[in-house]
Amino acid sequence: MNEITADEQIGFPILSTLVFLPTVTLIALGFLRNDRAARRVAMAGALAVLGLSLVLAGQFRRGDTDFQFAEQLPWVEAVGISYHLAVDGVSVLFVPLTALLVVVVMLSSATSVRHQPRAYLMAVLAFETAAIGVFTAVDLILFFVFFEIMLIPTYVLIKVWGGGSQRGRAAQRYVLTMLLGSAALLIGFILLGVSYRSAPGSDGALSFDLLVLMDSPVPLGTQTAAFFLLAFAFALKAPMFPFHGWMPAALMEGPIGMAVLLVGLKMGVFGFLRFVLPLTPDAFASWSWLIAALGIAAVLFGALIALVQFDLRRLIAFASISHVGLAMLGLSSLNAQGVQGAVFLLVNLGLVSTAMLLAAGFIQQRVGSTDVAALGGLAQRTPALATFLFVASLGAVGLPGTSGFPGEFLILLGAFSAHGWLAAIAVTTVILAAAYVLMFFQRSVHGRIRSTVVEAAQDLRSREALTATVLGVSIIVLGFFPAAVLDYSSASVDDLVTRLDAATAVAAQE
Amino acid sequence: MDVTGLAPLLALLTPVVGAAGVVMLRHRVPARELCGIVAGLVQLGLIATLVPAVRDGGTVSVTLSTFLPEVSIALRADALGVVLAGTAAILWVLTTIYAMGYFGTTLDPKVTRFHACLCLTMAGTVGVAFSANLITLYLFYEAMTIITYPLVAHTGTPEALRGGRRYLAYQLGAGIAFLLPAIVLTYVEAGTFDFVPGGILDEGASSLLLVTIYVLYLLGIAKAALMPIHSWLPAAMVAPIPVSALLHAVAVVNVGVFCVMRVVLDVFGSDLTGNLGLGVLTLVATSVTILIASLYALRLDNLKGILAYSTIGQLSYMMLGVALLSPGGRTGGILHLVGHSFSKITLFFAVGSIYLASQRTLASELRGIGRQLPWTMAAFAVGALSIIGLPPTVGFVAKYFLFLGAVEAGQWAVLVVLSVSTLLSAGYYLRILQSALFAAAVPASAGGAPDTARLSRTPTLKDPGALVIGPLIVTAAVTLLLGIAPSWLLDLIRVVGP
Repeated sequence: MNEITADEQIGFPILSTLVFLPTVTLIALGFLRNDRAARRVAMAGALAVLGLSLVLAGQFRRGDTDFQFAEQLPWVEAVGISYHLAVDGVSVLFVPLTALLVVVVMLSSATSVRHQPRAYLMAVLAFETAAIGVFTAVDLILFFVFFEIMLIPTYVLIKVWGGGSQRGRAAQRYVLTMLLGSAALLIGFILLGVSYRSAPGSDGALSFDLLVLMDSPVPLGTQTAAFFLLAFAFALKAPMFPFHGWMPAALMEGPIGMAVLLVGLKMGVFGFLRFVLPLTPDAFASWSWLIAALGIAAVLFGALIALVQFDLRRLIAFASISHVGLAMLGLSSLNAQGVQGAVFLLVNLGLVSTAMLLAAGFIQQRVGSTDVAALGGLAQRTPALATFLFVASLGAVGLPGTSGFPGEFLILLGAFSAHGWLAAIAVTTVILAAAYVLMFFQRSVHGRIRSTVVEAAQDLRSREALTATVLGVSIIVLGFFPAAVLDYSSASVDDLVTRLDAATAVAAQE
Repeated sequence: MDVTGLAPLLALLTPVVGAAGVVMLRHRVPARELCGIVAGLVQLGLIATLVPAVRDGGTVSVTLSTFLPEVSIALRADALGVVLAGTAAILWVLTTIYAMGYFGTTLDPKVTRFHACLCLTMAGTVGVAFSANLITLYLFYEAMTIITYPLVAHTGTPEALRGGRRYLAYQLGAGIAFLLPAIVLTYVEAGTFDFVPGGILDEGASSLLLVTIYVLYLLGIAKAALMPIHSWLPAAMVAPIPVSALLHAVAVVNVGVFCVMRVVLDVFGSDLTGNLGLGVLTLVATSVTILIASLYALRLDNLKGILAYSTIGQLSYMMLGVALLSPGGRTGGILHLVGHSFSKITLFFAVGSIYLASQRTLASELRGIGRQLPWTMAAFAVGALSIIGLPPTVGFVAKYFLFLGAVEAGQWAVLVVLSVSTLLSAGYYLRILQSALFAAAVPASAGGAPDTARLSRTPTLKDPGALVIGPLIVTAAVTLLLGIAPSWLLDLIRVVGP
């Protein structure tokens, strides 16, 4: 795989700056004693990252399959590990998304986090460093390091700022589940790195460089083993049915800001796009039926459970499981529509899940609960909040005219081409999605006001309204102009699909 | 810069800007309403600029955005689209004026919402009318569902919310469960979403699959109110009159019929539709709908209910015309789309006028009301004659072409259906007209009916103000005008090929 260096494109190591700017901000916060100043500095840092990520997106050469803005430093040369960052048309989308979500989380924390806000912001910034690292690392071991570092701020955020009484257990469960996955991930990565030794042109050296590994075919046996190890790790992270147990717990117990980052950034599915598809294409192609089956099972399971939820946060958790299933169904179709659809769906979920969770947060703050029994009649007291939740709901349903539609539609197209009538099952879940989201909306927002708390609820304040507007407008604009996202990813996705296609041919021969 | 080239896009954006204007002017009445009217007139002008380009069979295309090379959001105006969009734009302006009279000059936020949603509905209608492919069509089709929901649930009473919920459930449910799979399957078979006169599907695929796709379309396009997916329309009658008038006589239902026409003409194509027997299938479905709807209407006493079931039947006339797959049938179907819009909106306007003047909503309460509300009931009579299909109204011309089309196609059974249904519609409309125009007014002391008190409270009724009466006179006049001089419109309609 070729790369274009950052020097050539922009003249400074922009990816490293993006990764470590949050860390620098975090250290600066350590020296501040004043909470108010801390909030301002953290916000300035987050906005700088967002601005820089937009520069990155602006300077990105669309339509080019090469990895771009590459920077590489030797690290542990003896075993082929290096500090190597670069983005392709898929990962470049997730950097601005991460930056945006962090800004949103910080904005919403201004009113919702009263306990040790400085430490909270530091944890969020640590998370940002790790997340951008995950999206930009193209060395397997470097990726693994960022992937692991992320656990620490996540654990702290759930444990310290969670709202539920079981938050300690939820945090512990999250970390243990992730560590289980990490073990598998590391073994899988090492398997791939070691197998490079027997590849032509390696001279017996190891390599953990994604770009190098992509150019050398891996034997099918190794591929299959690595595929299952990696798939297990990323399925846990996604979370993909039936590995989703940690997710509703973390969402119910953790703070809203943490939920936004955990649900909005689908790193598990990204892992499939980044490593599983390009490095183990033959294995993925031959086991795609399994991924499709699990995807469809997840889509159905998540939607059916969401249908009987009375709490908005639990509903979002199961809807998210359903959406991950849909994304996996898209990947398993092995064609450009399906994979493009999955990429778009991930970006959409970043916006829509965030909007839904944020609305849940706003409701939680005002009413003290997100359970439907405590709500009812919100529209009368808080019309702006109700409108925001409505736009987010339409996005979650995947209605045309919102960012939910293009991804879902492309996935259905891809799935119908690849799996035929099986994909019809996925269509039924879109109906279920409409049912659970709109039923919740109906019960909580419409109808009579049943409690004095709702009666006294205030509508969105200006800062909240600003956040809501940015998200709402993005959801609608991307619904009409999906090309804004798809133009970035199309070249890289085509390249991925060609690899899978060749893989299908190889698999058929054997 | 070539304005014609961008006209479809501008016609789509004008009402969106109009909606924003309405919201901004929400504290200034009647500037708020004028904003809607101006947007409507601008939109109408833009659509008019398209007429010269499309009346020779040409099209005007604009691509907005691309998902994948073969999947794009694109607009393409052709004769059929211009007919739909133009009809809706004219009636939007009239409905806005009517609403000024109906709701009065109030700062009620609900009325602001009404005007804003009406604007957005028009954006949706134009979007559907000028869709170049199935994706764009689906996008605007579903957007209309969402935008019109607040209009249906306008009053916010439990009854209105129930009606709105039913409306939403039918539309969204059918759209996702049937229309979306139909579109996806079409792509899988045809490899494209684009509308092409003559169709994009061919007989290469298994006929079972093609028939399935077609049935999915018929079930999925709930807005066409083909039985058994029709009961949302009577449920939606909980909406106030101006909403029912524009949505459930014009915009929403016409969009449904238009989509079916697109599917028949530009997705399947007349040849394939005929060869697979889908034309006959549609004829049977529409015939059943026409007859059952007429029987329902005959039993009802509620004026809006009668109009709703009458609409269900008349929509099937339009689809039946196109399904005859003959030139006459096609002309009749499309002309009826225009004619029915003007006639039925006249009837809705008149029912609203009656309600404003007397608070009456039942057919049986109209005895002798003709003398008290001469303008209203004269317009009502014109609208009713047109729906029955009597000269000199546009309804007659449309029905003439439908008969002609049935003869051309050799579908004799259709002639019987059309004749029987004409008699049935005559039955329920003439019953109303007879008692309203010729019977003596109800004496204040007659009978012990519970509504007597209500009737006696307003002994002398008179037509409401000019804002209400004006629009309904205009629509009635157009109904007559198109009946007397239909040829310029027919020239445009005949461009629509098989």
